[in-house]
Amino acid sequence: MATISLIQAVNQALEQQMEKDPTVVVFGEDVGFEGGVFRATAGLQKKFGEMRCFDTPIAEAGIIGAALGMAINGLKPVAEIQFSGFMLPGYNQIVAHIARMRNRSRGRYTAPLVIRMPYGGGIRALEHHSESQETLFAHIPGLKVVIPSTPYDAKGLLTAAIQDPDPVIFMEPKRIYRAFKQEVPDEEYIVPIGKAKIVNNGTDITVVAWGAMVREVQKAMKTLEGEGISVELIDLRTISPIDQETIVESVKKTGRFLVVHEAVRAFGPGAELIAMINKHAFLSLEAPPTRLTGFDIIVPLDKGEHHYIIDPKRIAYEVKKLIQY
Amino acid sequence: MLIKKFDPLKKKMLQIIDVYGNIVDESLVPKIDDETLLKMYKTMLLGRIADTKAVQFQRQGRMLTFVVNKGQEASQVGTAAALEKKDWLVPAFREFSALLYRGAPLEQLYLYWYGNELGSKYAEDVKILPINVPIGSQFNHANGIGMASNILNKNEVVLTYIGDGGTSHGEFHEGLNFAAVFNTPVVFIIQNNHYAISVPRNKQTKSETLAQKAIAYGMPGIQVDGNDILAVYAATKEAVDRARNGEGPTLIELVTYRLGPHTTSDDPTIYRENKEVEEWEKKEPLIRFKKYLVDIGLWSEEQEGKEIEEITNYVNETFKKVENSGLVPLEDIFKYQYAEMPPHLVEQYEEYKQYLEEVNE
Repeated sequence: MATISLIQAVNQALEQQMEKDPTVVVFGEDVGFEGGVFRATAGLQKKFGEMRCFDTPIAEAGIIGAALGMAINGLKPVAEIQFSGFMLPGYNQIVAHIARMRNRSRGRYTAPLVIRMPYGGGIRALEHHSESQETLFAHIPGLKVVIPSTPYDAKGLLTAAIQDPDPVIFMEPKRIYRAFKQEVPDEEYIVPIGKAKIVNNGTDITVVAWGAMVREVQKAMKTLEGEGISVELIDLRTISPIDQETIVESVKKTGRFLVVHEAVRAFGPGAELIAMINKHAFLSLEAPPTRLTGFDIIVPLDKGEHHYIIDPKRIAYEVKKLIQY
Repeated sequence: MLIKKFDPLKKKMLQIIDVYGNIVDESLVPKIDDETLLKMYKTMLLGRIADTKAVQFQRQGRMLTFVVNKGQEASQVGTAAALEKKDWLVPAFREFSALLYRGAPLEQLYLYWYGNELGSKYAEDVKILPINVPIGSQFNHANGIGMASNILNKNEVVLTYIGDGGTSHGEFHEGLNFAAVFNTPVVFIIQNNHYAISVPRNKQTKSETLAQKAIAYGMPGIQVDGNDILAVYAATKEAVDRARNGEGPTLIELVTYRLGPHTTSDDPTIYRENKEVEEWEKKEPLIRFKKYLVDIGLWSEEQEGKEIEEITNYVNETFKKVENSGLVPLEDIFKYQYAEMPPHLVEQYEEYKQYLEEVNE
């Protein structure tokens, strides 16, 4: 057991899987020699050589398209996109090719690959460095979309992603890359994709969150506990496919539902979850299932970003509204 | 014709003032009036000082992440100076001094890096597009502006920039191909500063020069000493004239060096030797240009001292203004999404305002 940060957990999972499986290769912009702008791939080129961990030219379509070719021809590529905002030139490859390869070749070719990318706001960043674009991937048939919120889950989920037979978009909440540390087993372990985690058992309301928002809900819970409100907090962990069972069971128990996500609201995961609850837990509801999300706006630069990023105070406010409904 | 004379395939690079500030070939010295020469030098000084100060402010926790420009002032000012008032400048994100030269106020440039969108709202008569962060995409915007100029008979020229790393991007290729096919009046500048964050130029492309890439697209290309402002100006002016005369696009590679980090978040000691940086310090662009100006009697040490003092005060005062500019008004983060705010956004805005009132914020 070592006490490590989320970014160190990512690094450890990569190192362990590269060690275990010689077909795992890691690449992207500044990934090799430097070890990544966030240090996610630090030490990997030194340990495994330039054939297995390497820098690419700046070309996201090149990176992601090549990952597909590698996966088809016997490798397990783990590509890094430096910031999720720069993924878009590679989106064509993801949507038009990676997500479709298994289906269109009727299983003859598959795309067992991982595309890692830091995402999300709250770090006072430049333009295109703060978006939460999970909806863009979750909307696409054929993709799995995973977001860890702790070092433990980051390691276990990334390990699962690398071993998964299908393409996994692995989004890392960079705001909490180094925000806290956690004890993480040294040996390999799996946190299964498609399985949410009940972070806190509660009775009055189910709150679902993921990524950096999980901690914000936890902070809000401290206030809410003081007011006698018991929150069942679920960390979704996998955005697609959604763990319907865990969430529906929870809502049947609590009768209230709030989803908190940093991504913009329109057509987002919040809507998906609420539709699911309406279908499967409608008769248990005591208040309308509700979403607290980013506004439908471009993420503001720093001097306006505080309005966009959801804080514990707003979460507590929304929860209380639903309790009092 | 410089472009014909300096063939990148023959490894010829245009240089007019050498690293010691001496004229290499008198016949190549471009005709620039004194006033313009001084404006160019003073803008380089302003660019250097404001850049250095921004890094200091960032280290003091007063500025956010800042893209560092030190060492690339000649590439930036020398290109911008070749434009006319009606022309367009389409930047990437490391063109600080070019933007200053073309009339973007320092206050706005600082405001942008300080995290306020008003930093991208230039005055109506300043024909600069907002700073462009996604690599390479600006090349296609530049073409579109150029195509509109052609179609609407505006006779405007467009100057756009990319880095050495950007030449790997698909949009670099698409942009140059469009430019040649549609004969757009665009001058494409590659600021080859040798590094794309940590990745060195020789890992970015196997091409011997970046300028030679022009040949495959069917347009002229030229490699220029990017720290020699007279050479930068001369090549750009020729390309601008070609564009203005309907002769189409040109690709110019400016060989320069990023003396600082990629941004204030970057630590270049991880990927390059100090010795290499020291070598390039000797070739930096301001010393060279200053010596030239002193030699022709346009500048003196005394003027230099006075100018630096004035600029330093101006930079400090400007930054103070930016520091005191406050937060973005709530309304602003909503109202610029569309010409008219759609109902769902009005609802989100109203609900949030109500929330703020209820919690007294």
